[in-house]
Amino acid sequence: METTSESMFGLSAQRMARLRYLRKLKDRIATATITLGGISIIFAICLIFFYLLYEILPLFMPASIDERSTLNSLQVSDPYDVMLEEQTMLGLVIDRQQGPLFFDARTGAAVAHGATLPASPITAFSKDAPSSRAFALGFADGGVLLLQHDYDAHYEGDTKVLDPKLKFPMGETPLPVLQGSPVKQLAVRDAGDVLKIAALDDQNRIFLKVFEKVESFMSDEVTLEELDTIQLPTASAPVDQILMSLDQRWLFLLENRNQIEIFDLRKAPDQMRVGLVHVTEGEARITRAEFLLGGFSLLLADDQGRIAQWFMARDTHGADYMARVRTLELEPGVAITSLQSEHRRKGFVAGDANGNVGIFNTTAERLALDEKVTTGALEWIAMAPRGDVMLLKGVGQQALNFEVDNEHPEVSWSSLWGEVWYERYEEPDYIWQSSSANNDNEPKFSLMPVTFGTLKAAFYAMLVAIPLSICGAIYTAYFMAPRLRTKVKPAIELMGAVPTVILGFLAGLWLAPLVEANLPGMLSILILTPILCLVTALVWSQLPLGARTFIPDGWVPLILAPVVVLSGWISMEISEPLEHMFFGGNMRQWLTHDLGIDFDQRNSMIVGIAMGFAVIPSIFSIAEDAIFAVPKSLTQGSLALGATPWQTLVRVILPTASPGIFSALMIGLGRAVGETMIVLMATGNTPIMDMNIFEGLRTLSANIAVEMPEAEVDSSHFRILFLSGLVLFVFTFIVNTSAEIVRQRLRTKYGSL
Amino acid sequence: MNNLRDWYRKGEPWVWLNAGAVAINIVMVVGLLGLIAVRGLGHYWPHAVVDGIYTHPDGSEQRIVGEISDEEWVPASRLRESGAEVPEGQDVVQRILVKTGNRDLTGQDFRWLIADELRNASEPEAVMVIERREWGNYYGYLKQVKEQGTVVASGDTALTELQTRLERALALHEQIRGIETGAIGTINYELEELRLRERSLSLKGALDANAQRELAEERAGLDARYNALHAQLNELYAQIKRDSLVAENMAGVETDIPLERVVQFYQPNAMSLPVKIGFYFHQFWGFLSDEPREANTEGGVFPAIFGTVLMVLLMSIIVTPFGVVAAVYLREYAKQGAMTRIIRIAVNNLAGVPSIVYGVFGLGFFVYFMGGSIDSLFYPEASPAPVFGTPGLMWASITLSLLTLPVVIVATEEGLTRIPKSIREGSLALGATKFETLWKVILPMSSPAMMTGLILAIARAAGEVAPLMLVGVVKLAPTLPLDGNFPFLHLERKFMHLGFHIYDVGFQSPNVEAARPLVYATAFLLVAVIVVLNLSAILIRNRLRERYRELEN
Repeated sequence: METTSESMFGLSAQRMARLRYLRKLKDRIATATITLGGISIIFAICLIFFYLLYEILPLFMPASIDERSTLNSLQVSDPYDVMLEEQTMLGLVIDRQQGPLFFDARTGAAVAHGATLPASPITAFSKDAPSSRAFALGFADGGVLLLQHDYDAHYEGDTKVLDPKLKFPMGETPLPVLQGSPVKQLAVRDAGDVLKIAALDDQNRIFLKVFEKVESFMSDEVTLEELDTIQLPTASAPVDQILMSLDQRWLFLLENRNQIEIFDLRKAPDQMRVGLVHVTEGEARITRAEFLLGGFSLLLADDQGRIAQWFMARDTHGADYMARVRTLELEPGVAITSLQSEHRRKGFVAGDANGNVGIFNTTAERLALDEKVTTGALEWIAMAPRGDVMLLKGVGQQALNFEVDNEHPEVSWSSLWGEVWYERYEEPDYIWQSSSANNDNEPKFSLMPVTFGTLKAAFYAMLVAIPLSICGAIYTAYFMAPRLRTKVKPAIELMGAVPTVILGFLAGLWLAPLVEANLPGMLSILILTPILCLVTALVWSQLPLGARTFIPDGWVPLILAPVVVLSGWISMEISEPLEHMFFGGNMRQWLTHDLGIDFDQRNSMIVGIAMGFAVIPSIFSIAEDAIFAVPKSLTQGSLALGATPWQTLVRVILPTASPGIFSALMIGLGRAVGETMIVLMATGNTPIMDMNIFEGLRTLSANIAVEMPEAEVDSSHFRILFLSGLVLFVFTFIVNTSAEIVRQRLRTKYGSL
Repeated sequence: MNNLRDWYRKGEPWVWLNAGAVAINIVMVVGLLGLIAVRGLGHYWPHAVVDGIYTHPDGSEQRIVGEISDEEWVPASRLRESGAEVPEGQDVVQRILVKTGNRDLTGQDFRWLIADELRNASEPEAVMVIERREWGNYYGYLKQVKEQGTVVASGDTALTELQTRLERALALHEQIRGIETGAIGTINYELEELRLRERSLSLKGALDANAQRELAEERAGLDARYNALHAQLNELYAQIKRDSLVAENMAGVETDIPLERVVQFYQPNAMSLPVKIGFYFHQFWGFLSDEPREANTEGGVFPAIFGTVLMVLLMSIIVTPFGVVAAVYLREYAKQGAMTRIIRIAVNNLAGVPSIVYGVFGLGFFVYFMGGSIDSLFYPEASPAPVFGTPGLMWASITLSLLTLPVVIVATEEGLTRIPKSIREGSLALGATKFETLWKVILPMSSPAMMTGLILAIARAAGEVAPLMLVGVVKLAPTLPLDGNFPFLHLERKFMHLGFHIYDVGFQSPNVEAARPLVYATAFLLVAVIVVLNLSAILIRNRLRERYRELEN
């Protein structure tokens, strides 16, 4: 045996066995590698999905807090306010007797500031915008002192040490605001060149002082020049608190703990009073009032656990009124005892009588955190400028330092998909406006306008693509001569290979101006082309048989191609006369003036045409395959029974192929929804919600392309763009999967026929 | 009448309407390709330059010298609204777009003029177009050639003198560029490497006196080389400044143009047809091989072509093995059942996912997650500047290979399906293992299918822009990703891309009118490449089908 095999292969049995073993090993390794490769494909798809999910998950995570230390050495009760500086190393408490006192934010140990304050007792306090770090104190002698807390840093070894300072931007002597009366309540706003101070005296009268700030040429010092002193109209009830908006226009008086009286400071004194609003329901009392970031919205907290946001809006007649924008609730029926707004976001933190702390965001109408931190009522809460640290104190207890993890409070289901009443808007609306000049304007992250734009663009694209591709597929698969079909099909499929950036560029720079200049012509193409095709068909049918056989039945598109070109040419030529005849020489103007339809050069019609062009090949190719694959026996049976070709098509072929056509449409829709470059270049990218075909739009995909490079990594904006990516992914996934399942079913059906 | 009803009942009108749809599709495809070809190719033809007197609506007259680059018919009413006087009874007016160049003198390159108001138009042979490195083209008449400010030639001799002197200036310019981008670029690169090495040593705590001395020596050597080159450069700069030409523009103003700023000059009206053809190809070659000038609106697109090709090559290297392995698994190894069906659906899904989603994924996962990890592991010395943690060539290639993976899988699988079972069984019956059958029989037979898949993938990748905008494309890359500095291929660099070039120049550039021809030319280039790729894929596919049909018989 051995000799035979050796003589056959020149190998010993041993070597044969080794070789066999090696071959087997190789085979096993290959199997393992290839299986691994195949499975990694599923892994890749899952990875895309889960990675997108992983990026957006933090958006919907609740906030969390973590106790870091107890401020044992801080011995202050019932202060006016407590603030933290940027690095959260130091805190500042405004004591009712001693005025501003700095302390270590970890231990509560006092830190000296070295400044001396006037001897007169402090009677009132007001704080300006948190970013300015400015506040003011009112004194028993009627004076008002403006202060600013500031910090110098130096290093002791490797540790950074902050030295607090009190600055006096308007000088160290108080401004005389009230004569012979203590300042009971105070509101101060410093807006660049004008300083306004409103003060309440012990007679329930309010005086408004307006100063102009004059910078001297020689030094940086600022001197104040009094412009005006006004006594406001008498308040209708005892005033509890005065609040002045950041723009120095509105003055709100909280009276009786249940109503707000509004004054418009831009008007003459006798016309200032705008109205009186009851801001509570039933017997509820307002316990805390504070401005939200931006100094425009008022937050009014009551003893029933509710915090309402109010701001000045304008009704349909143009009259100003104070609108209750939204109401948030911590624990029903439990009085809110402390309230402070955040410095960089439209949010605030509130504490109630049961020791619960809630972190809210107004834009998102979201309670990001609700946690019980002390047993008694919360006396005060201080939020750090970055929103990462919070100090709070329960009545009769030690103050506590908490670390706050609250990265994305401004995002919620309602802020993404619902109507939101933004500041300075007259009513709730869907707005996408991700960036603003400063923190005072809230980012507007409604995905509705961009989702709407996506669907609108897809709708117009499908409007163009469906008739052209489906009709084209029907003819190509069923009527066309086989020789022509082998040329036409690749030609149309080649359309799909044209980069969309080129389609977008042509749409934006060539088609859009062309359409704008020849609007009536463009519309007439729509009507003229089918008519001309039918007329040609009619003429053709009347021709003698000899002439007709010159071009056989399946070659009709060759006759029609020049007709289509002709129709385009005629339309362009008659565009001008048409415009003169019907639209007074300028259709654009006619649309805008007579019909009130806005017109953008780069509008939805352009997108529809360009993107229709881009999706035609996908739909055409799949639909054509589906129709062509209908078994010939069905067609022949129908024709044999006497049906005309058209009847066979409509009654037999189309019903059989309809799942395939449906799947083609789905795939076309998926492509239209996700297309980026065309919409980016052929529209103005304005995120508006309007079905008008002559106006622009912005789609989810274009939105990502435009804003992603500018979004700060891991910010809410960045994650919301990931969310739009996930929305696109999921949408196309559903559409494509349904198409694919339908197609596979169809394949097995044809197989059985 | 009966005839007509019969015609209608047979459904003929509907059939014709369907045929009309096909006709429209074909007209659109042909029209689109034709439009791009005509506009893209036409730009480099030397157009005639006209010289004439133009009467403005207010009656003032102005001499115009420039080339007519576009014309249109506009309704007279629209012109009347804008204040122009159009004779009564005339409904439409022909307007021409004249490129008068001389942006530095007049502030605008183009002006729309009413054709009838341009009188005494002639095409004098002496009109010269001067292509400059800044401020676009100059249109005018050559007056003198100067050396160090003194006239050396004027009149008829000026032209030949200019020719020789420009050649000298161009040679000098080439030399200067060679030193600036080549030698000095290398020195800068090495200095940066040195800095990183120093930082890396100090991070490791190994920066002792010895190492410091070595680094200082190397740095001194580089500095010396730099100083020598700098002196050489100064010398060359002094030389190139020597000559200038004096030309007169349409307003009769004489301008001194230093030859260092001139790319080339030509007299289109004096050219004969063969010269024009030669010039055309010269210009087109310049478009392909030159670097862009003036914020990409002039010059060539070479870096964009280079970036596109390199990115596509890298993508092919990544996508082919993965795609083929996946297809082989699906067709040859996996048990055909629910699982493979799910995978197939998933693969088809992957093909339908919008490209921008891949961009978002690539930016988040590859760039920030993987790139950031690579940076913190391997390049701690470069921080805070990212190396791989920023969009770049490698991430763009990987993202696009993920995007084109389904294309390769589907095409390869189709090829595998078409191989008759008998061939597989024959191989196995002869005692070959499964892998041997695959490696020696099946893969060679299906290689054209893989080729088709790869070509389609390349065509798709070359035209894709949206994801690239997020993962590595820039409007102007200072250096090519491939150069003479070790390790030669710089995967972390950003690159330029033809598709993005179209978007950027067409929509983001300040002078869209001037840039438009260039965009058309770029678009033509891109479309041509992609159409050729697709046609070859279709050709290979058809050939393949023929071959298997023979096998089956």
